[in-house]
Amino acid sequence: MATIELKGVEKKFGDMFAVKPLDLTIKDGEFVVLLGPSGCGKTTTLRMISGLETVTAGKILLNGKEVTWRHPSERDMAFVFQFYALYTHLSVRQNIAFPLQAQGVKKEEIDRRVKEVVDILRIPHLLRARPGKLAGGDQQRVALARALVRKPAAFLMDEPLGALDAELRESMRAEIKNLHVAQHATTVYVTHDQVEAMAMGDRIVVMSRAEVQQVGTPIDVYYNPANIFVARFIGSPGMNLVKGQLAGGSVSLHGGNRYTVPPAWTDRLGAALGGTTEVILGFRPEAAQVSAQGALAGEVYATDMYGGHTVLHVNLNEDEIVHVRSDRQSSYPMGTKVRFDIDPAMVRFFDPRTEHAVSSEAT
Amino acid sequence: MSQFELQHVTKRFPTVTALDDVSFSFRHGEFFVLLGPTGAGKTTTLRVIAGLEHQDSGTVILDGQRVETHTPAERDVAFVFQQYSLYPTMTVYDNLAFPLRSPLRKTPEPEIKVKVEEAAEKLRITQLLKRKTAQLSGGEMQRVAIGRAIVRNPRLFLMDEPLSNLDAKLREALRVELKHLQKTQGSTTLFVTHDQVEALTMADRIAVLNEGKIVQQGTPDEIYDLPATTFVAQLVGSPKINLLPAARTDGAVHVKDSKITVPAPRLALPDSFLLGIRPEDIRPSPQGSFRAQVKLIEPLGVETILHLQDGELTMLCLVPGMAPQKVGDTVTFDIVKEKLHFFGQDRARIAAERR
Repeated sequence: MATIELKGVEKKFGDMFAVKPLDLTIKDGEFVVLLGPSGCGKTTTLRMISGLETVTAGKILLNGKEVTWRHPSERDMAFVFQFYALYTHLSVRQNIAFPLQAQGVKKEEIDRRVKEVVDILRIPHLLRARPGKLAGGDQQRVALARALVRKPAAFLMDEPLGALDAELRESMRAEIKNLHVAQHATTVYVTHDQVEAMAMGDRIVVMSRAEVQQVGTPIDVYYNPANIFVARFIGSPGMNLVKGQLAGGSVSLHGGNRYTVPPAWTDRLGAALGGTTEVILGFRPEAAQVSAQGALAGEVYATDMYGGHTVLHVNLNEDEIVHVRSDRQSSYPMGTKVRFDIDPAMVRFFDPRTEHAVSSEAT
Repeated sequence: MSQFELQHVTKRFPTVTALDDVSFSFRHGEFFVLLGPTGAGKTTTLRVIAGLEHQDSGTVILDGQRVETHTPAERDVAFVFQQYSLYPTMTVYDNLAFPLRSPLRKTPEPEIKVKVEEAAEKLRITQLLKRKTAQLSGGEMQRVAIGRAIVRNPRLFLMDEPLSNLDAKLREALRVELKHLQKTQGSTTLFVTHDQVEALTMADRIAVLNEGKIVQQGTPDEIYDLPATTFVAQLVGSPKINLLPAARTDGAVHVKDSKITVPAPRLALPDSFLLGIRPEDIRPSPQGSFRAQVKLIEPLGVETILHLQDGELTMLCLVPGMAPQKVGDTVTFDIVKEKLHFFGQDRARIAAERR
């Protein structure tokens, strides 16, 4: 059971912000992902929550009680790292039992709890093995078991899957989430991988350059990114962002394309841009549909086959290539002229001056 | 029409056979990808082709010629590595010019200038020509490394996981550019990767390598739609293909410990085998013939992975966009019967009918 609150928490090294003042409440039982590229401040934030790093300003509350200056061991949170940090000279069983022994828990109780976690993680057959002999996925399961056995108030995970290969990462991702669904322990999870964040998070905190860009559910950050950074960072490929000029209810793009602003936006858009005509048109690859009568035209630059679908990279003009998701039925060799439409419900607009999204909610 | 070809190449190291009777061939202008996990023998293959390693037996043919007696330089291949291996104190221009200034080529400077500028333009690094390479980002460095290979206009590009050190966004962007460039140049490329997305999206044709042996060769469509073994089936596609133990009775295929039944295909099926179903071929529908419980939901935005449970059986199902289901819901679904895969106990595809 844990609610974690960050109030104006910041971290400075000299004059440099590693984390700018940050407010965040993590609800009991919630799985919150801190997502961003390397150097964005996500790991520093996690380390401040754990107490491994001090704060420069602000408060951290655990279940309503301030723990800002408490020692990590007094915060009752379990840390899981990318590197498993297992004791190689001890057996798997001894590794998992270690935190309980350190707490002076009785032997029968230790046996019972170790059995419980190895059953959950499906590793009872590994109890006698040495961690050094195990495969990467099993080592990470042991590390998880060691964190789980303590029954901490919260789990803090720092890229726990970062060292695993793609295939294993995919299955371990589901295992950790299953564990969370079963146990509902408050979890703060750090990753640079947007797929992992989307798949696992109840909410995602997107960070860049020491600053929170957006806090929202996977659906929020995907469909309604707060700014250009989030739009690009989330999704693979990211959101298409095309510069244009707003005039008379349509946006003209470089290279001669003209996009008619959907009726739902016509009133709002001009007002939101406050007089300037520069605008950025945003749409996800799956929001575009190739069709002979499509309003926008371009030339196929490259085609990617992904198995279940293809992605066309369409050159709109010299510098702007947009990504259009398509089925595998038709083939589009390089240089093919294609036309496409954008689903009006999935169009987004951004103000190039602020890089912020123009709100899609009617005000 | 000259060919690039490996014929029965075997390469042994003291403790391991790195390449075991490897044969494949590709044509001029083709983008050929060697796909396999770490330790499969991909890099050894490239090194044998380049002449940096000598095979114990078998033949390497470049441009229609056997090259056993040719030195690496005479083979005229260009290597692009995962590590950029640029000269950090030289400018981008001098790095690009370097191979042309080698004593072997001694290209006149005016000609070098033309070639360097041409390559820089293709790779969109013209604005970087005067910079020292040490000041560049990872993506820029890899462009320069590719540029250095391009200026030489070699008969063959050998690329050894050139994108794997880059972050996801950059990798995506460079992948598209590399492919576009290869097609516009018509250059012949052998590209090695462990990343199935890179292989499917970039290749004209793929050879899958595992433990020193070629498992399958084909176009990305063939590899994805008609995997020759369960290894290939599981290697390509994300999320991974469902492999379900199944048996044939009364003209139908029954998935073990489940009510899932599909009509038996016109194949010689053994009594028990594995039924392969790609996650996108499990289609939830209100009138679906089968039912399962939603155990886990992974929303990826563009699509959603549903983990479905039917007794002891777990299946992955991929649906477009957001899924309306919640954990614990019962869903009904159908299976796309035209896209099923059947594998025997030996893990090989059963009597594949060609389309």
